[in-house]
Amino acid sequence: MATATKTKPAPAAASRIKPESNGGTDWRAEVLEQEKKRVPSLVLQQQHLEKMDSLLPELDIPVREYGDLKRDGYVELYRLLFLIREVEARLTRLYRQGKIVGGVYLSKGTEAIAIGSGFSLKRGTDWLFPMHRDLGAHLAFGQRPFKLYAQYMGRAEGPTKGRDGNTHMSDRHLQIIGMISHLGSMIPVAVGAAIGSRLQGKNAVALTYIGDGGASIGDFHEGLNYAAVANAPFVLIVENNQYAYSTPIIAQYGAARIIDRAPGYGIPGEIVDGNNVFAVYETCKAAVDRARNGGGPTLIEAVTMRMRGHSEHDDHFYVPKELLAKWAERDPLPRAQRFLEETGYLKEKARLELEAKTVEYIEAEIALAEQSPVPSTDDLEESAFYSTHKKWRTD
Amino acid sequence: MAVMTYIEGISAGLREEMRRDPRVYIMGEDVGIYGGAFKVTKGFLDEFGPDRVYDTPLAESAIMGVGIGCALTGLRPVIEFQFADFITSAFNQVVNNLGTMYYRSNMPCPVTIRCPSGANVHGGPFHSQNPETWFVHTPGLKVVAPSTPYDAKGLIVAAIQDDDPVLYFEHKFLYRRIKEDVPEESFIVPIGKADLKREGSDLSVVCYGAAVHLALEAADKLQQEGISVEVLDMRSLYPYDKEAIARTVKKTGRVLIAHEDFLTAGCGAEFAAFIGQECFEMLDAPVIRAASMDVPFPFSSVLEEHMVLTTAKVESALRKLAQF
Ligand SMILES: Cc1ncc(C[n+]2csc(CCOP(=O)(O)OP(=O)(O)O)c2C)c(N)n1
Repeated sequence: MATATKTKPAPAAASRIKPESNGGTDWRAEVLEQEKKRVPSLVLQQQHLEKMDSLLPELDIPVREYGDLKRDGYVELYRLLFLIREVEARLTRLYRQGKIVGGVYLSKGTEAIAIGSGFSLKRGTDWLFPMHRDLGAHLAFGQRPFKLYAQYMGRAEGPTKGRDGNTHMSDRHLQIIGMISHLGSMIPVAVGAAIGSRLQGKNAVALTYIGDGGASIGDFHEGLNYAAVANAPFVLIVENNQYAYSTPIIAQYGAARIIDRAPGYGIPGEIVDGNNVFAVYETCKAAVDRARNGGGPTLIEAVTMRMRGHSEHDDHFYVPKELLAKWAERDPLPRAQRFLEETGYLKEKARLELEAKTVEYIEAEIALAEQSPVPSTDDLEESAFYSTHKKWRTD
Repeated sequence: MAVMTYIEGISAGLREEMRRDPRVYIMGEDVGIYGGAFKVTKGFLDEFGPDRVYDTPLAESAIMGVGIGCALTGLRPVIEFQFADFITSAFNQVVNNLGTMYYRSNMPCPVTIRCPSGANVHGGPFHSQNPETWFVHTPGLKVVAPSTPYDAKGLIVAAIQDDDPVLYFEHKFLYRRIKEDVPEESFIVPIGKADLKREGSDLSVVCYGAAVHLALEAADKLQQEGISVEVLDMRSLYPYDKEAIARTVKKTGRVLIAHEDFLTAGCGAEFAAFIGQECFEMLDAPVIRAASMDVPFPFSSVLEEHMVLTTAKVESALRKLAQF
């Protein structure tokens, strides 16, 4: 296992700077010369590659059959994986056409995490708290693409009726709670949903996500610690896609793996290949089952690589090309495809039919979203309060 | 002189202070290789190195706390919150630790906090807020909000040179939309001094940030009908320029206060209270306010346009004031 390498000097290293100095240049020229030689971006990239290489052997288990999935389950996981890839591809196109309000944050390359985990939950019982890159989890938990598109277009039939945007989608019928932008803030809330369900005798599990970046925030620790002492039926998935915006994991945390924190909370930690949808499903299902049976929370780290920029306006220049090439080989979609082919669960002809049907379905859903009206401004003024806002309540 | 956008004004001021004073350093998410989410610090990492342009983990409370600690040792950190909205994740550090530091320790804590704020960027409820008033309400913190490239540069320099903590609210909508000539040599815009953006004799608008531009547009329109509107850009929200407010009230006797922040208990309420208490005898009409509706910022453009302060709303408030 990799040991944490100290990556860059803390700001305190600026102690070379004499606090009382008021701009004398003697030491500065020298320091600046040194800094230039270090080419900070390259040093970081190299250290990042080394850290990732050390993680891979632990993840590299070939795609195989898992626990309770029957043939239909495998096929459904594949369909969902294909669905989210296509849903997002169309989202990019709509974005370029100027039909989307705000930014678009894609999960290309990392979809297996949202799909495998969303599929491991019980619809109508469990609570899902997706993050900004988990569009797939909405779908795997039963949301219609139409709703997602309407949301992205700021239309009246989006789940938040044009009030909140992008991936911040709640749907009370499905027990999906949309995130706020503040990363990590949903973790304690999800723990609360888990505990609240248990107090009311409902055998529900709450599952939420956080990125490798978001895992640095205080609410991560406070929420997980609370979940541990309350033995909450709660699952937290860290989607370790190696970058938080432009910040590589090497500049984000000192430990080798994020699940190295789990023993500190006294809970189990599992690491899984985030590009293997079946493995993600199995790991999540085991954690969800354990939570449902009173076994308490689990921290799961799903390792993957974000294959596009942070959002569609980010050209990703800070990621070394060889890293992207390496992870392109691990693309979850062809891997699932090969597995279904080999097992005979879904041969090529049937697969192509399934895919064509899925594409058709998406087109129809987009058409529906585009017909959805823009929201009415009539009730906006009172819409911050449940007690005074009649329209939304009677939906 | 050079023509600069608002965002270039911020960058220029920052770079100037980084070069001038080795104690100044920048910390925040993605400020290094990436140059900041809005590219304010593009090229800074190469020029100043990773000790002075520090890419932090994603942890606002820690960023703020570390910044305070560094300032106590004699450095002058400039903290970038990627979006002003995320300062809430550091609220305790800013309000309780930073706000009281000098009061309880007798040590200066010269932290500058850059907060990209404001609406009309299709940001929804969490990328559009104007959270300045929370900090205006906190003793021990200075708060500024430039509206032009010139002020953006002069105020960031003033903020960094100030020995007290300064929150610098930069409006995202203005970043690349306005340009003007800005001196390349060093200058400061003093904290606490308002700027009379436009002289007038009938009505006054007291405003700041993006609202200044709405007020100027509205004033242009009313001018065509022979109504003369004075526009006072506050620039600093705490401490604020009471003399300048009193001067304009004395001149016109009719005041509209306009800001993009929510109406209820926003900074405008403080300005109105000041006028009510100190300038009552100079008034010919009640002080009125125009601001954004008291609901979270909506995502959909239709809803946002309805909710947020617009030129049309400033204009109609001015007409009401003129008719009183
Ligand atoms: C508390 C907080 N600080 C900053 C941001 C701005 N921001 C949005 S996404 C992002 C990077 C997130 O990285 P990570 O958590 O790894 O998730 P990823 O986007 O890689 O899936 C940042 C810094 C935010 N949303 N919330």
